[in-house]
Amino acid sequence: MHELSITENILEIVLKHAKDSEAKEVKTIHLVIGQLSSVIDDCVQFYWDIISKDTIAEHATLNFKRVEARLECQECHHHYDLGKELQPCPNCGSSHVKFIAGTEFYLESIDIT
Amino acid sequence: MKQNVQIIQNIMNANDTVAAKTNQRLSENGIFAINIMASPGAGKTSFILKTIESLPESIHLGVIEGDTAPVTIDSDKVKDLGIPVVQINTGGACHLDAPMLDNALPHLPLDELNLILVENVGNLVCPAAFKLGTHASVLIASIPEGDDKPYKYPNIYRGIDVLIINKIDLRPYLDFRMDYFRQGVEMLNPGLVTFEVSCKTGEGIDAWLNWLASKVS
Repeated sequence: MHELSITENILEIVLKHAKDSEAKEVKTIHLVIGQLSSVIDDCVQFYWDIISKDTIAEHATLNFKRVEARLECQECHHHYDLGKELQPCPNCGSSHVKFIAGTEFYLESIDIT
Repeated sequence: MKQNVQIIQNIMNANDTVAAKTNQRLSENGIFAINIMASPGAGKTSFILKTIESLPESIHLGVIEGDTAPVTIDSDKVKDLGIPVVQINTGGACHLDAPMLDNALPHLPLDELNLILVENVGNLVCPAAFKLGTHASVLIASIPEGDDKPYKYPNIYRGIDVLIINKIDLRPYLDFRMDYFRQGVEMLNPGLVTFEVSCKTGEGIDAWLNWLASKVS
C-alpha cells in the first residue's frame, strides 16, 4: 500500500533530473531495490502509469534491479545469501552476523532523449 | 539521441529531509520523541496507557495517535488520562510519514513537553520504510503473535532502538520459543535493548520507565 508514496517520490526525483538535463522525454528509469525493501514492482508500475500522465516521463519503463540480501559472519567472516529464512552462519553457527547487501533502495539513473 | 543520466539518489529522500527537520525542531525544543511500531493488536495503546499510569513527575508527555481509519478510539483513551493528544487519520495509508508528523506537531503544546510518543499504524512492513524524525524507534512484539516474526519481518527489526516483548504473562499458555525469537532478533539487531513486559500485570514496566527517564532531560 505504500507503493503510491514511493512512486510519487520516484516521479519527483526523475522530473527534477530530467529538467536539469533538458530532456525531451524520459525513456527508462533504473531503480536498485534490495531484497529487504518491501516494494512490489507491478504495483509501482501501475501507479507510475497513472501519476506520470501528462509529464515527459509518461511512457517511461521502470527497470528494477533486485539485489539479493547477503550476510557476513562477524566471527569467521563467511559470506552467505539470506535465501528464504534468516539463518545463523552456516559455516560456524554464530548468530553474530551483519547484512552486507540487500538494503538498497535508490534511483540509479534515467535514460532520456 | 538516447542518453543515460546518473543520479544515485535515495528514493526516500523527500521524506527523510522532512524527518531531519522535524528531528532538529524537536531537539531544539528539548523534546525526546519515540516512534512506536507494532502489528495490530500487539498492545501499542495499552503500552502507552501503562506508561502514562506510572510516568515520573519529571516527564511531560504528549501523544500522537496514528490510525488508518477515521476513528478516535485510541486518542480518547489518552485524552481521558489528561495527556495532550493529536489523532492522525492516514485515510487508508498503511503507515505514518514525516510530513504527517510535521503537520500534527503544532497541535501539541510543545513548550510544555519533553517527551512525545507517536503511535504508528499497526503494521510490520510499511512503517519501517518511513522515518518520522523521532529520536528512537520502539517495536512492540507480543507473545501471541508467535516467535517467527523476526524471520518473517526482518526489516522492521533492523531499524529499532528498543524492543518490547509484551503479554509476557501469556507465556505459560502459548508455545513461544523465546530462544528462537531472540536468536532472530540478535542476527538482525545485535545487542538490542529489550524489555519483557505485561501491560496486564505491570511486570517489566519499571525497567522500561527507567530507560525512558534516562533519555528525557
